[in-house]
Amino acid sequence: MAANASGNGYLSGSNLERVLRAGHFAVTGELGPPQNADGEVIRKKAALLKGYVDAVNITDNQTAIVRMSSIGAGTIVVQEGLEPVIQMTCRDRNRLAMQSDLLGAYALGMRNVLCLTGDHQTFGNHPNSKNVFDMDSTQLVQMMVHMRDEKVFQNGEAFKGPEPRFFVGAAESPFAHPVEFRPLRLAKKVKAGANFIQTQLVYDIKAFEAFMEKVRALGIHKETYILAGVGPLKSPGMAKYMIENVPGILIPEDMVKRMSQAGAPWAGKSKDELTKDDKKARSNAWQQEGIQICIELIQQLQKIEGVAGVHIMAIEWEEAVKPLVEGAGLYPRPIVANPVEEVA
Amino acid sequence: MIVAEQKSLNEIKQLVGAAKNVLVVGCGTCVTVCFAGGSREAAILASSLRMASKLEGGPKAVSDVTVQRQCEWEYLDEIAEQVKEAELVVSLGCGIGVQAIAEHFPETWVVPGLNTSFLGLPTEQGIWMERCAACGDCVLGLTGGICPIARCSKSLLNGPCGGSVDGHCEIDPEVPCAWQLIYDRLSSMGKLEFMTEIQPVKNWRTSRDGGPRRIVRNDLRLAAEEE
Repeated sequence: MAANASGNGYLSGSNLERVLRAGHFAVTGELGPPQNADGEVIRKKAALLKGYVDAVNITDNQTAIVRMSSIGAGTIVVQEGLEPVIQMTCRDRNRLAMQSDLLGAYALGMRNVLCLTGDHQTFGNHPNSKNVFDMDSTQLVQMMVHMRDEKVFQNGEAFKGPEPRFFVGAAESPFAHPVEFRPLRLAKKVKAGANFIQTQLVYDIKAFEAFMEKVRALGIHKETYILAGVGPLKSPGMAKYMIENVPGILIPEDMVKRMSQAGAPWAGKSKDELTKDDKKARSNAWQQEGIQICIELIQQLQKIEGVAGVHIMAIEWEEAVKPLVEGAGLYPRPIVANPVEEVA
Repeated sequence: MIVAEQKSLNEIKQLVGAAKNVLVVGCGTCVTVCFAGGSREAAILASSLRMASKLEGGPKAVSDVTVQRQCEWEYLDEIAEQVKEAELVVSLGCGIGVQAIAEHFPETWVVPGLNTSFLGLPTEQGIWMERCAACGDCVLGLTGGICPIARCSKSLLNGPCGGSVDGHCEIDPEVPCAWQLIYDRLSSMGKLEFMTEIQPVKNWRTSRDGGPRRIVRNDLRLAAEEE
């Protein structure tokens, strides 16, 4: 993969970039900021993830619900000694705001950004709002790469002073429609300059293998780092909900069955027959099975050529990351020296 | 065409307020075709307002008239007398018609009877859909005649996003995914390059983002002067 001219061979020098460049199987996590101004929530979640992931995505008003800003929460994460991946959507900001936020994020110590289109605001808690979509995610990738490599703003004006040097990521949903176009769309984002890709949740390994085969045929896996999205199921109900309601999520029937069977000792009883302790025990059994399934998925993904890591989405269940990473044999996380710090 | 929908009778009644002598003005072009503000709708609204005012104990004089196009001065001139006699005008034209009446008859209070919805067409009896966002820089020649600006919920130029499901948009199963339509059309015609090449950031200056727009055609201005 092309190195840059910054002297140390790294584009951004972020931990995520160093781990990937060193050839390690990377692990990223996800941290959802609170719907309030409590920074302590971020510190607690960061403590659960520190040491188990190479970097953690900070979501940007995910599902169009107002939350603490990604860069605000990311600043706390940096203070806690964990590396953030700032998620930036095109829904809420125009090119002026996005560039100024990128300058601020870089100055605050952030080094990775994931460029997203953004969920439509009709899904969220401010459905009457106006959306922006001045740019789309592919164009955002391109703009950030130009800022870093050409040292110019979106309008072509040159920077007077240091440019923000981010490790630039993009997302792809391998099973969203039209399915035949998805590898080509991924290729387009990589052509725009995406250094890493995080995918939508993968449960169906066979379907993902077919996707990766097309990706490899296009040679994209050699030009970017592809991190497959994984997430532990919490219950059979969650699996069924996602199958029906979340675009681009495929969950094999066997997997849903496995989740149901984990709750077999409590099956056939109505809600009133189950005590609080029963419900707790059933929930634990489901969660254990969900984690086990996810560990197996990670191990299968490791064997697929072109998969450079996993992106664990255990949002509002950060406790699951430790057993997942340990269970998959990915703990401890590698330490790759930072050339910038060594020079300093 | 410009597609519009009539406001509720309650809202129109509130806009009319205490006015006793009301003129409802229909428009004979777009809003006639979409059954929102033609002569038929103008007559029905006038009669509804009369009946409602009578029931509420303060009968109003409500008449109606329909012009060919509310958006041209010469057609508005035809109703100048009636407008002047009225205390208030309810325009059943689109937003352009309402403003044309306000501009042409500065001494008359005019209120809208319609909500102007979009630029579109009837796809089948009783269903209208948006087709154009009037962005001022048409890309239809590249997209196979399907507009991503007006028809993609996020106006993406490098779509589709991850929310395309079975041909429809994630926001509503009744809304087709514009990018699925574009993909189907371009791939069937062997012209997928538009979707595989990175489409640059759009210049929104020709759209509303550049401020209210204006077109000056000097050829037509000169021709008018010569006459």
